Amino acid sequence: MSDKKATREAYGEALAEFGAKYKNLVVLDADLAGATKTVTFKKAFPDRHFDCGIAEGNMVSVAAGLSTTGLIPFASSFAMFLAGRAFEQIRNSIGYPHLNVKLGATHGGITVGEDGATHQCLEDFSVMRTIPGMTVICPADAVEARAAVEAAIKYVGPVYLRFGRAATPVLFDKDDYKFEIGKGIVMADGKDVTIVANGFMVAPALEAKELLKAEGIDAAVIDMHTIKPIDAELLYKYVKKTGAIVTAEEHNIIGGLGSAVCEAICEKMPVPVLRVGVEDQFGRSGKVQPLLEYYGLTPKNIAEKCKAAIKLKK
Amino acid sequence: MTASKKKTLKKLAANVRMDILTEVYSANSGHPGGSLSIADVLSYLYKCVLRVDPKNPDDPDRDRFVLSKGHTAPALYAILAESGFIPKSELKKFRSIDSYLQGHPDMKHTPGCDMTSGSLGLGLSAAAGMALGAKHQGKDFHVYAVCGDGELAEGQIWEAAMFSAHYKLDNLCVFIDWNGLQIDGKIVDVMNSTPIDEKFAAFGWHVQVIDGHDFDQIERAVNEAKNIVGVPSVVIMKTTKGKGVSFMENQVSWHGAAPNEEQYKQGMAELKAAVEALDK
Repeated sequence: MSDKKATREAYGEALAEFGAKYKNLVVLDADLAGATKTVTFKKAFPDRHFDCGIAEGNMVSVAAGLSTTGLIPFASSFAMFLAGRAFEQIRNSIGYPHLNVKLGATHGGITVGEDGATHQCLEDFSVMRTIPGMTVICPADAVEARAAVEAAIKYVGPVYLRFGRAATPVLFDKDDYKFEIGKGIVMADGKDVTIVANGFMVAPALEAKELLKAEGIDAAVIDMHTIKPIDAELLYKYVKKTGAIVTAEEHNIIGGLGSAVCEAICEKMPVPVLRVGVEDQFGRSGKVQPLLEYYGLTPKNIAEKCKAAIKLKK
Repeated sequence: MTASKKKTLKKLAANVRMDILTEVYSANSGHPGGSLSIADVLSYLYKCVLRVDPKNPDDPDRDRFVLSKGHTAPALYAILAESGFIPKSELKKFRSIDSYLQGHPDMKHTPGCDMTSGSLGLGLSAAAGMALGAKHQGKDFHVYAVCGDGELAEGQIWEAAMFSAHYKLDNLCVFIDWNGLQIDGKIVDVMNSTPIDEKFAAFGWHVQVIDGHDFDQIERAVNEAKNIVGVPSVVIMKTTKGKGVSFMENQVSWHGAAPNEEQYKQGMAELKAAVEALDK
């Protein structure tokens, strides 16, 4: 866990890397290429990068049209301005006709930092996963982000990918990492409780495991990089094994990973599920670490929720 | 245009109009007014312009057509049926649970339909994406789209207008169905989108204003648009909402209402008489 890198950096690099291999890959941006890091692709393939200006709705519908001509467009902006501003274009231009468009949303969650609430999207998992046929992915680190980009290119259909602005620990080894859409990854086994996390919150979940270990509690940790389709089979396996679940995400606790996990578990084998996330509030300006503490997105809070979940077990 | 070509087109357009009435009457819902107003341009495009093949509707090199004003799907389905993409028998199932002919166009399930539409303002952007896709891949197909005049109130239309000029999409030609009426009334009263020509010109488009029911003018406009280099083309068509059915013409109440049996019979009789008059 020594190296740190933002998943948006890995996104830009992956586009440039895979751009050489997949000639029909094109990238759209809405005047944020420097921030979303699609500029890395732009430098490598200037004639395959189309800036659309500050007009996200048009960009998304243009991407829909491009995809019908055999190209694989990645449309990029901040999560707020893709899933938020362009929700209806994503639903009607891409989701409904199930077109082969990839939505590369950076700056998801509160770790956007100083820009504050208008730019901190905490609703994207929720709205994106309610679109029929949409795949929703939030990678945990740079290695997973790179692999998720290639998986999205190979998959035929719409994919929403959420990347983060802030640097996050590199958790995986690039050489032996395997990414499969819809298959969660067991980061650590355990028997008392299971922490299901995604994105930026996977590293704090692993830290929470260490905190719990010091108190004699054995927590499993799952990296649930795909929110939709959720890996229900893996969840059921760990429900049976540990009997209690805690979710951790950089998203409103309403509608996101926590909700998706609850939906899967409640229908088949209900056990206590406690959710760590932003508790139905807007974000605010600040540096990353104080923000995480302000909203309780910390290893300590995850560990506390794990103990509470264990107490709720029958 | 030769007299016989014009006669063929007029007959086709009359048949399209009868199909439109039949669809909306069968469904007892739908949007006849703005469907009837674009029957002529769709007839010309599908008969004389579009390189499309009902036997190979997904040909990657075909010309594309996007009905951005998707609520006038009856017109699109009618011309697709008249052109052999879908069976005419399907038209009577328009908007019913057992048909793929949705209230608004669904490209996934309708042969010959190039883009899902219905939410206004989205189709022109999609058409621009197709045109960019053609240019980027060195393909020579053209993209045609039809937008409503009321639809021009959508901000995304002007995002797409800016984008299309910026990327020099001279393979894109958009027709504006300027019938002057939208669901809540006259466009100049609801939200005045005029002057349409000056707006598009200011956005860097090649602008033509024509009578949208005159095949000679439609033909000239399409040919001129094809020869324009470096900028997208808009053809603003002055049209009559409800064209061809006397009691529907210029009546905003026929924007989204179905005829009853008596009205349907009268409308069909008028259109049949128009066809018969062509043969006299």
